[in-house]
Amino acid sequence: MALAQRLKRWGARGVNFGVLAAFATFAAFPFAWMLITTFKQTNDLLDPNHNPFVYHQPPTLEHLRILFFDTLFGRWVANTLFVGTSVVIITLALAIPAGYSLARLSGKFGEKLGIAIFLTYLVPSTILFIPLSRVVAILHLQDSLLSLVLVYPSFTVPFCTWLLMGFFKVIPKDLEEAAMIDGLSRFGAFLRVIMPMSVAGVLTVIIFTFTLVTQEFVYGLTFITAASNLTLSVGVPTFLVRGDVYFWGSLMGACFIASVPVAILYNLFVDRFISGFTVGSVKG
Amino acid sequence: MRASTDVQTPHAESPVRRRTRLADNEAWLGRAMLAPAIIYIVALVGVPFLLALFYSVTNISVGHTEVRFVWLENFTSALQNPTFLRALKNSFLFAVFSQLLVIVLATILASALQKDFPGKWLVRLLILLPWVAPISLGSIGWLWIFEPIYSVINWTLRAIHVFGPNTWPIWLGQPNLAFASVVTVHVWRLLPLATVITLGGFSSIPQDLLDAASVDGAGFWRRQFQITLPLVLPIMLVALLFGVIFAFTDMIVIYVLTRGGPYDMTQVLASLAFFTGIEGGDLAGGAAIALFLFPLLAASAIFLLRVARRAEVI
Repeated sequence: MALAQRLKRWGARGVNFGVLAAFATFAAFPFAWMLITTFKQTNDLLDPNHNPFVYHQPPTLEHLRILFFDTLFGRWVANTLFVGTSVVIITLALAIPAGYSLARLSGKFGEKLGIAIFLTYLVPSTILFIPLSRVVAILHLQDSLLSLVLVYPSFTVPFCTWLLMGFFKVIPKDLEEAAMIDGLSRFGAFLRVIMPMSVAGVLTVIIFTFTLVTQEFVYGLTFITAASNLTLSVGVPTFLVRGDVYFWGSLMGACFIASVPVAILYNLFVDRFISGFTVGSVKG
Repeated sequence: MRASTDVQTPHAESPVRRRTRLADNEAWLGRAMLAPAIIYIVALVGVPFLLALFYSVTNISVGHTEVRFVWLENFTSALQNPTFLRALKNSFLFAVFSQLLVIVLATILASALQKDFPGKWLVRLLILLPWVAPISLGSIGWLWIFEPIYSVINWTLRAIHVFGPNTWPIWLGQPNLAFASVVTVHVWRLLPLATVITLGGFSSIPQDLLDAASVDGAGFWRRQFQITLPLVLPIMLVALLFGVIFAFTDMIVIYVLTRGGPYDMTQVLASLAFFTGIEGGDLAGGAAIALFLFPLLAASAIFLLRVARRAEVI
């Protein structure tokens, strides 16, 4: 009896392990493949008879050298950082006050407005990119990183306002009320009492905004044609391929370098985003 | 409102703080703090949306100065275009197929992730990678995996003798295989989100309930199908909804992997709108095609509102 039960438990554990291993392989394989490809010599890569899992020739750093010195990769990293930082600043400036206002100052109406703002996050770029391309042209921002700085907050602000509203709501009201009795104004209480307590929320918004910016593709592809003004997510898939020639080594190196750090950073905060996504219907 | 009067009473009674400062006027302050965000969203989401509606009933195109109304002509001509009909069908098929797979796989994966074990954080990190990495770059990774000659899938399948030695399936070049490849990448990309949402649902089920069922003699499958799944169903609907929206409106995977090919067989509404409106310069036609996405999105929004309202009641 005890033995049968133990076997059953080990069996269940084995199945569990197998399922997880299969899924983890499926999820991570493309990234592992990028890493393997990055260091392989080109004639090793381009021999269909070579076992692709094995290095037939010694690993090389040539692809990375090409990537960093002969392509615009470094420029795209800088562009992405510039756009990311600018959008983070705009998003914080708009979403922090809006989130606080919805959480504390707008009553029942604020709750409805909050949901309405969240829903605008669901309007996809694929509906808006055509009219926005005209708006950008009229403002003479085509081919400029400023077009992205202008447009990206249109999807970061709604979601971040929603996230921050949730953060502010769970801070007890008594704290501000006590501060106001002590002589601070409502706005002063917000600045000096609430903001210092909301560092975690602000940090979440920063990371989230930054990762959304690095992931965006459609607007970047639509507004910008000059190779030197692209961001990573658009530059790598469009300009590292010359004509029909794929430089797989450099391309995979670029994909790995540009995606994995962002992924790890995002991963630290992913649970907060998920609870935002599910409109608070998931607790825990 | 009630809260704000409570707050202001002490001020009103205190003679020192009688002057009404702007920073203390809550109604005013509330509006002032909210206004910039609202204005930004209206200007960059609301106005462009109205512009899209306007474009779709005109003949506007790049480098065309005289704009005149053609009313529903763009929509009717789209509906007579076989490429458009193909794209419309594909958008639905990609969303439905990928999300059916995602829901089944997410349930399995979330069940496997319920228990704690050493190294769980690493498994979680690996499983979440496809969702948190930029999808245009992940898709490039898949482009290399699906490469016609050097595909690692083909090599492996030949090595384990699933294929004969001279079989070279061209994953992105044969219509059925291209369809399957795109669905695979959508599943890969959206599975993590659905899994984490479902996992959240699992952990919100009270353990007492499951224990009580065990005591009453319910086995694993019985607990799974009669307690766990019915309870997480509403939350899984939220996951499904987001998955459908992301898959339905996506053009990145298609743009990177197939550009809609072979022969527009994998074209979707979003990519067709891009090729028509931006690369072809036919802004009106592109806007009309993109607007066909809207009814499904509106339905999703209404559904989400109902879920949100129910969550408030609970």
